[in-house]
Amino acid sequence: MRFADVVVVAVARTGGQVVPARAQMAATLGFHIILACMGIALPTIVLLAEFIGLRRADEVAMTLARRWSQAMGVLVAVGAVTGTVLSFEMGLLWPGLMRQYGAVLGFPFGVEGLFFFLEAIFTAIYLYGWRRLGGWAHFWTGVPIALSGIFGAMSVIAVNSWMNQPGGFTAQGGRIVSVNPWQVFFNHAAPYEMPHMILAAYMVAGFTVAAVYAVGILRGRRDRYHYTGFAIPFVLAAAVTPVQIYVGDTAARSIASGQPVKFASMEYVAQTARDVPEWLGGVYANGHIYGGLRIPGLDSLLVGFSTRTQVTGWDSVPPSGRPPVVWLIHLCFDVMVGLGFLLLLAGLWALYVWWRRRRLPRSRLFWLLGAVSGVAAIVAMECGWVVTEVGRQPWVVYRLQTTAAAATTNGGVLASLGIIVVLYAVLGAATILILRSLARRWRRAGAPEPEVPYGPPGPQDRAFGRAGT
Amino acid sequence: MIAAAAVGAILLASVTLYAVLGGADFGGGLWDLLAGGDKRGRAPRELIDDTITPVWEANHVWLVFDLVIFWTAFPHAFADVMTAAALPLWLAVGGIVLRGAGFAFRKEVQSLGLQRLLGATFAFSSLLTPFFMGTVVGAIAAGQIPDGASHASLSTWTGATSLLTGFLFVAACGYLAAVYLIGEAARRGDRRLRVYFTRRAQAAGVVTGALSLATLTELHSSNAQLFGRLTGRALPLVIVAAACGVAVLALLTAGRTRGVRVLAAAGVAAVIWGWGVAQYPVLLPGTGVTLSNAGAPHATLVALIVLFAVVVLIIGPSFALLFALQSRSLLHAGDSGTALAAAASRTRPPSGPPGPPPSIRAAVLALVAAGALVRALTRRRGR
Repeated sequence: MRFADVVVVAVARTGGQVVPARAQMAATLGFHIILACMGIALPTIVLLAEFIGLRRADEVAMTLARRWSQAMGVLVAVGAVTGTVLSFEMGLLWPGLMRQYGAVLGFPFGVEGLFFFLEAIFTAIYLYGWRRLGGWAHFWTGVPIALSGIFGAMSVIAVNSWMNQPGGFTAQGGRIVSVNPWQVFFNHAAPYEMPHMILAAYMVAGFTVAAVYAVGILRGRRDRYHYTGFAIPFVLAAAVTPVQIYVGDTAARSIASGQPVKFASMEYVAQTARDVPEWLGGVYANGHIYGGLRIPGLDSLLVGFSTRTQVTGWDSVPPSGRPPVVWLIHLCFDVMVGLGFLLLLAGLWALYVWWRRRRLPRSRLFWLLGAVSGVAAIVAMECGWVVTEVGRQPWVVYRLQTTAAAATTNGGVLASLGIIVVLYAVLGAATILILRSLARRWRRAGAPEPEVPYGPPGPQDRAFGRAGT
Repeated sequence: MIAAAAVGAILLASVTLYAVLGGADFGGGLWDLLAGGDKRGRAPRELIDDTITPVWEANHVWLVFDLVIFWTAFPHAFADVMTAAALPLWLAVGGIVLRGAGFAFRKEVQSLGLQRLLGATFAFSSLLTPFFMGTVVGAIAAGQIPDGASHASLSTWTGATSLLTGFLFVAACGYLAAVYLIGEAARRGDRRLRVYFTRRAQAAGVVTGALSLATLTELHSSNAQLFGRLTGRALPLVIVAAACGVAVLALLTAGRTRGVRVLAAAGVAAVIWGWGVAQYPVLLPGTGVTLSNAGAPHATLVALIVLFAVVVLIIGPSFALLFALQSRSLLHAGDSGTALAAAASRTRPPSGPPGPPPSIRAAVLALVAAGALVRALTRRRGR
């Protein structure tokens, strides 16, 4: 995400505060979104471990649930403050957007507030209720967190998808005169953006947690604790990966019809034409594509299931209506898709070995893949955000308001950008250090705890790697 | 018009809830800052930490909710405030980040030095955040936010009313926190801490009352109309606020703790509602921006009213559950780490978060002194 910021700053053509404002929004959103993924999906992973722990009286799974919930507490706290920063930035960086469309896009944010409340309240009960709210009662206090994570994400994505496909309101003389909140919430981009982000959150959280244990296994900690810690989140993330690829494919087709210029940038379609080739990689500059693999007709085939399909190029709008840095959008799109398939491969590998031998793969390559899966999922998600946000430029609300018109007229955004980058760098480093110190403490304490405050001790003789599948 | 007034009331109610819940969490930071060295401040810091830990995130959500209602229902006024008062708002944002991160991280680190550093970050930013929020509210009340604001200026929020409101916010947070902590100490049967926070609640109560009066007096010159209405149609609420404050002080002096929490919160709420009633229907004093012309169409306002009803129905019981569990000691910080964390804390130097280094305390005193100086100067200029 830092790289993207640098690029955005370097190549954006507009002057004034809009460039630093965009860079700051990209930096803070790019940072927060990782924590948001954890907030959305980590509760489900923790609950899954607790479910297994309770159901099978499995101490290892129980220990994992408890430790993960402690890490979740740290991540939720950081996510709560970085989320608040974004709320303020909506007004501090984009007063033009809020002045014009606050009454329209505000309602989904309000719904998000409702779920944010539920999430915060039940997270507190869940985190601090481990000892005294025993067993299933404790498990059930976690369920509202998982559900509100999903619905809260839907609400926030409702706003973003509305910016891509605005509707549900009427304006007269520059003023909003009526709003249909229902249509705003369920706008035309919502059906694919909402599941795409929620599934991305499950992939990010699942693969990231699994990667931690894959690293441990690579370092020789081949015990049931590590295999279980890997299997629970990995199975969840790997299971949603094919669904995500399907949703992403649908999303791309919808973008081709709903936001053709964004799609043209994603796929290097300069002129509207039939039999459009698909470019894998390649850098577009001065009207040429350098490098990259050209597959004739594939883009048309993907858009309309026939090479005769006409695909709209970016020549359909004047240069002022096209996004900057087309190559960034294209490469980010390719990286996202490529990593998605890499993660799919990891899941299929595990599935195949499980089907043949009823265990996890032993190959070192698989565990290397597992170890990078977390970073891969995060990079894929960040690339997806670059595609959708940079691809929407120069609009903040597609075809209705330009980003330049939305930006603050105050000077000094460069200063706030500098301060916030330093602050977030410290915050990010501190979060990682604290999670690592937690891990060290846990390692010193040994794998499964000798006793669980409730429930009988679990059988220790289960085969490695079986739990959670 | 009725819908706009209703949403105005909802915004004020949400602000009130943030003030009496989230404000107290900031106040906890103030008392953490002033609790003294590691040894002397150990017991109060432990109580503050235990009390804030399970609830601060949920309380904090009211701030986000306030912002959302503000920009959804009154987008024009929101954009004006966010543009004209950008600097104190940025500073408050920084404070929010440092407060939350400092507080959450402090309990997870084990070295004493880091605990001190993070504790100081938490405590110091707990002081700054309400101060800067207060200056923004003061700027609104003093009519310093222009309609169609296009740029920020220092004079917007450095007037006497703004600075006084900033100090008032800090004092009120400290007052609420101290009063709540008396109850917490009493519930744990800790007599020493009860007395400790009783004394602080009394001091903070007196300071808060004095600052309230000073702000009111200052409004006489900065916004005569608002002053007139505060002593006119909003007078009953002003009297309620004063009565609550006096009652709390009297009860505390008599050594009673029953009901003081509710009275203290009601006093703060009465101040907020007094402001709202006095300003009604104007949203940004000194401009023509009112509740009904600040932006949102009818359907949006209705949607917000429905949403708030749902929030009350769902979140009300959830908060009640959270606070009930907390007051029955069913939620315990450190439980998530279970036996391990407990074992770790036994090996730690006698637990309870350590105090901030003396340099931080000096910095706070310097800040307060600077604030008083600025106030004195602006006052002289005003005459």
